[in-house]
Amino acid sequence: MSTRRLTGSANDPHIRRRYRAEKRFKAYCIGAVGIAFAIIVAFFTDIISQGYTAFWQHQVQVTLEYNDRSARLGQFALDSDMRDIASRGATRSIPLEMEDNPDLMGTTDQRWVPVKAEIDQYLKHGHDLPAELRQQVDALADSGRIQSAFNTRFFTTGDSKLPELAGIFSAAVGTLYVLGITLVFAFPIGVMSAVYLEEFAPDNKLTQTIEVNINNLAAVPSIIFGLLGLALFINFFGVPRSSALAGGLTLGLMTLPIIIISTRAALRAVPDPIRQGAFAMGCSRWQVVRDHVLPSSLPGILTGTIIGLAQAMGETAPLIIVGMIAYIPEAPSGIFESATVLPAQVFTWASEPQQAYVEKTAAGIMVLLAVLLTLNATAVFLRRKFERRW
Amino acid sequence: MKTWKKSAIAMAALMSASTVSVAQERDQIRIVGSSTVYPFASYVVEEFGATSRNPTPTIESTGSGGGLRLFCEGIGAGTPDITNASRRMKPSEFDRCQENGVENITEAMIGSDGIVFAQSAENDDLNLTREQVLLAVAAEVPKNGDLVENPYDNWSDIDSSLPDREIEILGPPTTSGTRDAFEELVMASVSEEAGYPGEYTDVRSDGAYVDSGENDNLIIKRIQENRSAFGIFGYGFLEENRDSVKAASIDGVEPTTENISTETYPVARSLWFYIKKAHEGDVVSGIDGYVSLFMDDLMIGPDGLLVEEGLIPLPEKARRKWQERVAERVNLKRSDLTK
Repeated sequence: MSTRRLTGSANDPHIRRRYRAEKRFKAYCIGAVGIAFAIIVAFFTDIISQGYTAFWQHQVQVTLEYNDRSARLGQFALDSDMRDIASRGATRSIPLEMEDNPDLMGTTDQRWVPVKAEIDQYLKHGHDLPAELRQQVDALADSGRIQSAFNTRFFTTGDSKLPELAGIFSAAVGTLYVLGITLVFAFPIGVMSAVYLEEFAPDNKLTQTIEVNINNLAAVPSIIFGLLGLALFINFFGVPRSSALAGGLTLGLMTLPIIIISTRAALRAVPDPIRQGAFAMGCSRWQVVRDHVLPSSLPGILTGTIIGLAQAMGETAPLIIVGMIAYIPEAPSGIFESATVLPAQVFTWASEPQQAYVEKTAAGIMVLLAVLLTLNATAVFLRRKFERRW
Repeated sequence: MKTWKKSAIAMAALMSASTVSVAQERDQIRIVGSSTVYPFASYVVEEFGATSRNPTPTIESTGSGGGLRLFCEGIGAGTPDITNASRRMKPSEFDRCQENGVENITEAMIGSDGIVFAQSAENDDLNLTREQVLLAVAAEVPKNGDLVENPYDNWSDIDSSLPDREIEILGPPTTSGTRDAFEELVMASVSEEAGYPGEYTDVRSDGAYVDSGENDNLIIKRIQENRSAFGIFGYGFLEENRDSVKAASIDGVEPTTENISTETYPVARSLWFYIKKAHEGDVVSGIDGYVSLFMDDLMIGPDGLLVEEGLIPLPEKARRKWQERVAERVNLKRSDLTK
């Protein structure tokens, strides 16, 4: 018995049992990967199959008449039978247009305008329409006066209560502002704190306490940063509610520990001989950090920052608290103005009752994911391209 | 070292400067408040932005109570100009407003919202009391001083005068405002009279009450097909489907536009908004344009755009009264709220 175990023959029942266990374990792991992959595939298929139709939209050719009546109410610029088909959004600005340009009076203009969302949904997915309207729409489609076109409006306008006009633009601009502020706020503070803790600070009880607390801070749920942002920035400093500044600073608080931790890791990866070599040449500590340590750790710092920003970009919970989940159809033109962000826009659309917002929601998610993947790809690229190994 | 220090100081100064220079007037109207009023108000907001030269106001759905709390926080650019509410302001909220210097408030009533209890139009007319409805949908019912699991399968088990029909109710899910209103106005308001120890709003989950999603059209279709079933939805949908469904009277009152707008119908509430007068002109411009667009017959009149969105318009006389009061910016008095 004992000799057989020592020889380790393949027939040894113990060894065979161990091999079997190994195979089983491997199979479980493959199964786990399979499940994870299937979930991702299912998620993407679901989102894309629901959302891709939002990038196309049906338009109808109408003749706008600029006359006395349409100067008062834009709807009168259309034939009465077109009023049920063309989006109200296409005509409501006519009184202002005519005020700006009095020469329009008495002229007509032919143009393509979006159809109402219910009609768009009928043409895309066959959703129900009253019989009379359906005949009218079918007749227009047969005669080529209704056509499907790429929905550029989705990328150039903000939110709307009329689903056919709703777009992602103002949320995208809001996200840019918010991330810009987050970066300006969190990057210098984060990098400088990390440089101090890693390069200058003595190793004592105080700095150890600070370190532990920064690590804990990174694990704090984001909603709590929202409450902190509300108390600190809005109630104490008087930053306007719903503004990009309030949102950006709040997300900056959240990103700060991530930047500190990743910067410290990047600094630690710079080997000590580089520092010692520089000291040996008579450099001061500041010169060592500025000319040697920081440049060689920069790729790692940037990677950490981008990942922190990507995380901040997908965040919604803290922004609810500072009032950024709101109906904000116009893109902000400054950091003090009310703004909304991409995930908030997705949330707003998801809670709208109309059928047409379902595809808008999915399309919004696609845009959000595309931006996030681009950010993460940039981080990977930076790391691959510039990271030095010692 | 010196440049390092200087730049650090400059940066700190820059940061504090950017936060201090905030106290300026806004050019955008800020609106907060009820999620029930939100779809109507955001409709008006968009229309206002598109048809006037003012920037589109921002509107945040904070709930009626949350909105009034922000509204009464004080005067100044940091506080909202208008708050929406699906109930009237409470005297305690009014007092808090006064304490914080929000003295002149104009109140506007825009319309109502009613919840109906509907069945197929082929059935006989029916009158239900709120207590009977509560006993039909509650998860537990009081029996000999204890709460027991709801034993009722037929309406006639609850009261012998009711038809011998299986209890089957298609209603809104918990995420819906209609459900909140149903729980508050039907269940909680009569639960103590019905013998519960306090307010009771748990809905049974044994299949007699079916969550039917947010799609009220679907509920209407299903109660047409299933004659024994009842559906719970907003009054607007009843109006559109008068030929196929009809509503039960509640406590002897039929849900009609008239009865809902006068609140004789018990499962009704009125919708409001409140304007902070101190902000007009001083803090933000355009409030008057927004408010007059909202109060215009084009929006809240019987053929108005908001009626298409499901608002129940006020009766002619009340509408004129409120339009007038708002146009003149009549100050809200505490005695108005305690009546």
